Amino acid sequence: MAEPLLAIRDLKTYFVSKHAEVRAVDGIDIDVQKGQIVCIVGESGCGKSMTSLSIMRLVPKPRGKIVNGEILFDGKDLLKLSDREMADMRGSEISMIFQEPMTALNPVLTIGTQISEILIRHRGMNKRQALDKAVEMLKFVGVPRANEIIHEFPHQLSGGLRQRVMIAMAMICEPKLLIADEPTTALDVTIQAQVLELMKKMRDETGTAIIMITHDLGVVADMADHVVVMYAGQVVESVDADTVFEQPKHPYTRALMDSIPSLEEDKDVLYSIPGTVPSAANFPKGCRFAERCPLAQPSCFEKAPELREVAPGHLVRCDLVS
Amino acid sequence: MSQYVLEVKDLKKYFPIRSGVFKRTIGHVRAVDGVSFDVKPGETLGIVGESGCGKSTTGRMIMRLTTPTDGKILIDGKDITHAKGAALRESRRHAQMVFQDPYASLNPKMSVGESIAEPLIVNKVLSRDDAFERAAQLLDTVGLRRTDITRFPHEFSGGQRQRIGIARALALNPKLIVADEAVSALDVSIQSQILNLLMDLKHEFNLAYLFISHNLAVVRHISDRVGVMYLGHMVENGPKSSLYADPLHPYTQALLSAAPEPRRVKRRERIILQGDVPSPANPPTGCPFHTRCPRAMDVCRSQMPKPVMVHPEHWVACHLHG
Ligand SMILES: Nc1ncnc2c1ncn2[C@@H]1O[C@H](COP(=O)(O)OP(=O)(O)OP(=O)(O)O)[C@@H](O)[C@H]1O
Ligand SMILES: Nc1ncnc2c1ncn2[C@@H]1O[C@H](COP(=O)(O)OP(=O)(O)O)[C@@H](O)[C@H]1O
Ligand code: SF4
Ligand SMILES: [Mg+2]
Ligand SMILES: [Mg+2]
Repeated sequence: MAEPLLAIRDLKTYFVSKHAEVRAVDGIDIDVQKGQIVCIVGESGCGKSMTSLSIMRLVPKPRGKIVNGEILFDGKDLLKLSDREMADMRGSEISMIFQEPMTALNPVLTIGTQISEILIRHRGMNKRQALDKAVEMLKFVGVPRANEIIHEFPHQLSGGLRQRVMIAMAMICEPKLLIADEPTTALDVTIQAQVLELMKKMRDETGTAIIMITHDLGVVADMADHVVVMYAGQVVESVDADTVFEQPKHPYTRALMDSIPSLEEDKDVLYSIPGTVPSAANFPKGCRFAERCPLAQPSCFEKAPELREVAPGHLVRCDLVS
Repeated sequence: MSQYVLEVKDLKKYFPIRSGVFKRTIGHVRAVDGVSFDVKPGETLGIVGESGCGKSTTGRMIMRLTTPTDGKILIDGKDITHAKGAALRESRRHAQMVFQDPYASLNPKMSVGESIAEPLIVNKVLSRDDAFERAAQLLDTVGLRRTDITRFPHEFSGGQRQRIGIARALALNPKLIVADEAVSALDVSIQSQILNLLMDLKHEFNLAYLFISHNLAVVRHISDRVGVMYLGHMVENGPKSSLYADPLHPYTQALLSAAPEPRRVKRRERIILQGDVPSPANPPTGCPFHTRCPRAMDVCRSQMPKPVMVHPEHWVACHLHG
């Protein structure tokens, strides 16, 4: 395969305090090809958001720290850039959208000002040009009355419209990579369908690669080219999207698939994974899933499995999978 | 004993919109605008619909946490629409509620035992000692340890807190439980644990549920019948097999087609609805769905469609039928 657009290598992001070391992201490797949609799935707290904030170099300071690894973007290690160089990347080469758009939008600036500022900063446009381009972009993402909305404030818009504005802002410089952290979780299904459709259209037209973080396997099935399943700060399975649904190999991925009710078929009882996720401040020494795993052997509690290629392009972190 | 544990007749809730120095009422939010349905003993009625369509308000009226503007609520054959004092307490013995956020619904200063025993003591059902013994039994029933009785809510995970909320709801041996988004905040692995628990309890105690959720797959899994709400109205109601196999209302069809299913095979054509849900403060004339309905006709803009029985026990309110 061609050189990936983004290559994360052995990334570790920890929160360190006097009392504890929280290993939020604990040695992950992820590749994203140009124009590819990669979905990262996993339960609350498994490190999805910290992975994306690490790529953006926005890990909460001072306790959060990237303690190891490389994040190669177009061959350059983002972790070696100066703060200034990284700030130039954000919003221009790499953009991010969040679950709750209100946290990312400035409540006291009009929509038009917020979008045009990005163009003025990164593309050197003047105010007039930037506003024209903002209106054009808002129309493209399906915002009605774009000419009026540029004069309105974020709180005047519905949730679905705000998320479209966020996408417009994130995409206005045609970044090579868009990171979307649960972009539709707060939206209703009919609005979610609109936003997902829009993101696919964006990718098709601009060739932007997308990292999409979600805990909803339905969204994954709809969007992903490639899927990364995370558990307790690690990647446990990584494979193309067809395979993850047809032949999931890691016991955790398989258990997840069996735990969700279906819209189309009756399941008498849902599989239920016993127990809860281990604490990131105190991971067990063996396999982190062993305690909840239906297949666990005594050896699983002793030795932590490595991520292995079990078939071409199919990585699994479980020693029992052949 | 009545044929139904719950009967709801033409139920309405209008919230006043106040404005100005004298807080004059300038209009109303028609949160629930004439909803009728019933629930048989041991039956689960699922209520689905997008945020703001009036699901929670309906549940809260049934629990009399908010007073209906109009209509009737009968619990176990008794009209409790305007019940007060002893009559209201009596109705609360038959109907209990489980909320989305168990943390908000449990008193953080009370031990788990006190939280569960409280309704038994307040309603003078059991002595203090017996109430605590019953609380210990209930912890067992919902899959927690009897020794958890002295611990406090913050010491538990989200899924465990939801189990505590369920134990509290079960304390008075209710016939009906209103569950409002009871599994929506939980990760899928925990969600399936709670769904299995709710289904086991239903068989053990012949419980009826009014199961409110925006998740169509979850509702399909747990329900016997399903009602679909849109903008304060119930637009379709039927046995789940009939409703999911042959959705009659254009809104139900759109909702089902928009919900992402965790499978890669191509499903029925996705219907992407345009625009947002209108404001319940200013609902459209005629059919509440006509502003977004892909099949709207002239009559839809002026006349409200009446419910028509199309299949056994499966009715729809839409001019395309009847
Ligand atoms: N500011 C912080 N201080 C300390 N620990 C933190 C902080 N933020 C996150 N963590 C911890 O880091 C781990 C990973 O968190 P992260 O936000 O990446 O999870 P996530 O996978 O995005 O979960 P969710 O699905 O709930 O969004 C968790 O154990 C979390 O408790
Ligand atoms: N206490 C209240 N005062 C005013 N409006 C309310 C109140 N509670 C709910 N509403 C409004 O009533 C409508 C229905 O709300 P709700 O029943 O919570 O919907 P759902 O549970 O289906 O999301 C919404 O428009 C909501 O804003
Ligand atoms: S009554 Fe008319 S507008 Fe309403 S759902 Fe039916 S076809 Fe659509
Ligand atoms: Mg997150
Ligand atoms: Mg609600």
